[in-house]
Amino acid sequence: MLTTQEQLKYSRQIMMKKIGESGQLALRNAKVLILGVGGLGNPASLYLAAAGVGTLYIADGDTIEPSNLPRQILFSENNVEENKAECAAEKLSEQYPDTIIEAIDDMLDEELCDYYLPMVDVVLDCSDNIQTRYMINQACIQHKTPLIVGAATGFDGQQLTIDPRDEHSACYQCLFPASEKAPANNCQTIGIIGPILAMIAGMQALQTIKLLTNNKVQVNQLNMLDGLSNQWQQFSMKKQANCPVCGSR
Amino acid sequence: MINVVFFAALREQLDCDSLTLESHELSTVADIIKQLSARSEQWQQTLNNASLLSAVNHDMVDKSHPVKAGDEVAFFPPVTGG
Repeated sequence: MLTTQEQLKYSRQIMMKKIGESGQLALRNAKVLILGVGGLGNPASLYLAAAGVGTLYIADGDTIEPSNLPRQILFSENNVEENKAECAAEKLSEQYPDTIIEAIDDMLDEELCDYYLPMVDVVLDCSDNIQTRYMINQACIQHKTPLIVGAATGFDGQQLTIDPRDEHSACYQCLFPASEKAPANNCQTIGIIGPILAMIAGMQALQTIKLLTNNKVQVNQLNMLDGLSNQWQQFSMKKQANCPVCGSR
Repeated sequence: MINVVFFAALREQLDCDSLTLESHELSTVADIIKQLSARSEQWQQTLNNASLLSAVNHDMVDKSHPVKAGDEVAFFPPVTGG
């Protein structure tokens, strides 16, 4: 049961029929892993902790650089050269003491995924390179853990939800088949503007909350944001029968 | 006519948001890529990237997918930053 204090604090969420007290309890009992605490992981972790998610594991091996500060809103000048996960955990814990925050000061590899994925209900891919995206996709398929993917560069963003518990759900590799000519485009090469990250991270947090509160989430749908024209586009996709990652399960 | 639209980094690389093509002689997405690639080396390099994604009428498809008059064909790259 929720305490009286929790009922008051989360009353604007609880009054929503699609969430209710049972949904808020589900959020409190949930464990979420956020891979990457940069431009996407910052706002995503803030929204999930604020919404009352009980446990957040946040993983990032990078240190904070001055060029991160215009978009990685948890960090300040004083935090430069600190580890991103540890710094974010400290700030989130101070702001949202009801949420247990565990920092993982390393980028996840397959071994760490095997340790953490059985413990969590959902993973958010907030990483910044395609190799990590393929790795966490494969791990989530293997462990049947839902994966909420977000990505952004320039004025553009993409969001995709993968639910390996649904046999019809396509995976990241179905959408972006691995090729030797994997794109090198990222925030370092194309640039990025902070609010695009906030919009994509907001979509990731929303999908996560819906999934945890047993509401329908949209799989097999690539949501694409064009920040210059203010347009969202939805593209439907199918699981690829010959996908080397999810095709044979 | 076939409406062709470009998203994300492709717009800057091609300096083009959208265009229309006469539909005759275009039977697949690959035909569109081939015709547009003849415009310049920049178009050729951009549209023949192995990671280029395509959609017809908001359905993700591969390059062999058929196209017809009235279709909207979209091209975009994977976005990987975060």
